[in-house]
Amino acid sequence: MNAVEAQDVVKTFGDVKALDGVSVTFEQGIVYGFLGPNGAGKTTLIRVLTTLLKPDSGSARVVGIDAINDPVAVRHKIGLAGQFAAVDDFLTGRENVEMVGRLYNLSKRDAEQRAAEVLERIHLIDAADRPVRTFSGGMRRRLDLAASIVGRPEVLFLDEPTTGVDPGSRLDLWDLIEELVGGGTTLLLTTQYLEEADRLADRIGVIDHGRLIDEGTSDELKDRLGGNVVEVHVADVDRGTAAGVLTGVGGGELRTEGNALLIPAHAGPRTLTAAVRALDDAGIEPQDIGLRRPTLDDVFLALTGHSAEEEASEPVPAGRRGRREL
Amino acid sequence: MTATAAPQRRVSFASATTHTAVITWRNVMRVVRLPQLLLFSTIQPVMFLLLFNYVFGGAIAIGGDTGAVGADNYINWLIPGILVQSTVFGATATALGLTEDLAAGVIDRFRSLPMARSAVLTGRTLADLVRNTFVTTLMLVVGFMMGWRFEQGFLKMVLGVSLALLFGFAFSWLMATIGLLAKTPEAAQSAGFLPIFPLVFASSVFVPTASMPDWLQVFAENQPISIIANTVRSLMIPEPALGPLGLEQGTLIWQSLAWIVVIIAVFAPLAVRQYRRSVG
Repeated sequence: MNAVEAQDVVKTFGDVKALDGVSVTFEQGIVYGFLGPNGAGKTTLIRVLTTLLKPDSGSARVVGIDAINDPVAVRHKIGLAGQFAAVDDFLTGRENVEMVGRLYNLSKRDAEQRAAEVLERIHLIDAADRPVRTFSGGMRRRLDLAASIVGRPEVLFLDEPTTGVDPGSRLDLWDLIEELVGGGTTLLLTTQYLEEADRLADRIGVIDHGRLIDEGTSDELKDRLGGNVVEVHVADVDRGTAAGVLTGVGGGELRTEGNALLIPAHAGPRTLTAAVRALDDAGIEPQDIGLRRPTLDDVFLALTGHSAEEEASEPVPAGRRGRREL
Repeated sequence: MTATAAPQRRVSFASATTHTAVITWRNVMRVVRLPQLLLFSTIQPVMFLLLFNYVFGGAIAIGGDTGAVGADNYINWLIPGILVQSTVFGATATALGLTEDLAAGVIDRFRSLPMARSAVLTGRTLADLVRNTFVTTLMLVVGFMMGWRFEQGFLKMVLGVSLALLFGFAFSWLMATIGLLAKTPEAAQSAGFLPIFPLVFASSVFVPTASMPDWLQVFAENQPISIIANTVRSLMIPEPALGPLGLEQGTLIWQSLAWIVVIIAVFAPLAVRQYRRSVG
């Protein structure tokens, strides 16, 4: 059975087409990552799949159940951690998780037992009886994760699980998410961080302006870009000359990325040799030169014409605390 | 994956009751664990009581001789009014609490759970009733120390206080509707008081309506806050000190209950509808 099947989902807010006909299907047991910049439509898609939002048109099924016409049945099967850690400051960590367990219709005893289990798994058991207002940002996110899995969801939805946390906590959260899905839980996550998608997701859907523009494993996406590139760094004074002599090398189009010159390496190491020779002939000594795989950033740039991590240019509608993504 | 039960389409009544209890508990804990919240919401009605009693009390003619205000002293006449005023002011917490939960993403979490939709709103209004009960009780204790006496006995006093609290509960549903329309805590705070100020001040809560212009009297004597305040008065102040209230006690009680039922019947469905919309 497929974990998620969405067909031609459209959702418009006023003049803004948040979802412009998205179709996506993936099977159970994998981690699927939606990658896209702010305002691309990732959160709107999650809200449709988690029954929080009815689309204007299209269909959405989660573990085979119609999310639009049968939302209560879907809610029994899913767990959601939104962009904000939706935990209560004045309750303890344990009380927060037990409360959500009770709302999943667990009996009081089951909720207590399950909360203890989940807090153990999420490495918060030592802090479980402290009020959440004493928690750090990373701990709050972890607690939010605990609440999202207390009902043993068949599909877990994490909307930008590490946005706004410090880099150290991000690494911890990645480890934790990997542990959680190690047991075969199906996870759908959204992220604007390429590294996050690369590390966590088995399959990545690139989303921009409300459309799914490409999909595949991280490797597939990179291969589709034409494989490896030769990356050349030269002194600033030499860059113009270097760009001139390298144009045409390898038979592809030269592009620049920051201070680096990038040549598509269709011929692999031979393109690298040719580039070294061309620079040598021109009397330019490279500061650094090497063959590398394209990054997801290269993929994103090639697909959309802009970088994934840059802020959306349209204004973000107000009405919610913090960043609210369409 | 093991075989699972057939998909559940509706939330059963028993589950909905449990969910409501859980959400009520959660909202009450917020007040219990953040004592400053309770402290400030208690200070406000006590301050109104002190200000009105000592500032206006002396200027208002008391007693059957002039007929302006029934009761033997102003505080006996004031307490029933302040009771209604404080439960109505307290109901604004409903608007504020809901918008805060919306902003924090808590409502999204609740909506993604297989729980009863109604539990979020009912759990909120019930928790505010609990809080209002506590705040009102403290205010009455202060009133007692200032000389307030319930001269018709304990039972009738409790009946009167309960009516005022029920009215505050009904008002919470109006405030829930306003809060969900306003969407942000800041807007909810201001919007909530829009209907409250004219209703509370153009009423018999603080002063007799007899001194108001005719056109205002018609409104002031027939609007629900005056009806509730006068009902509570009739349950606390004995004849002949009470003086005429315009209506018999029995009529007043029925009218009070009718207002409570009507306000809930109108605004509970409106709040639920707005809840579905504002979060969709």
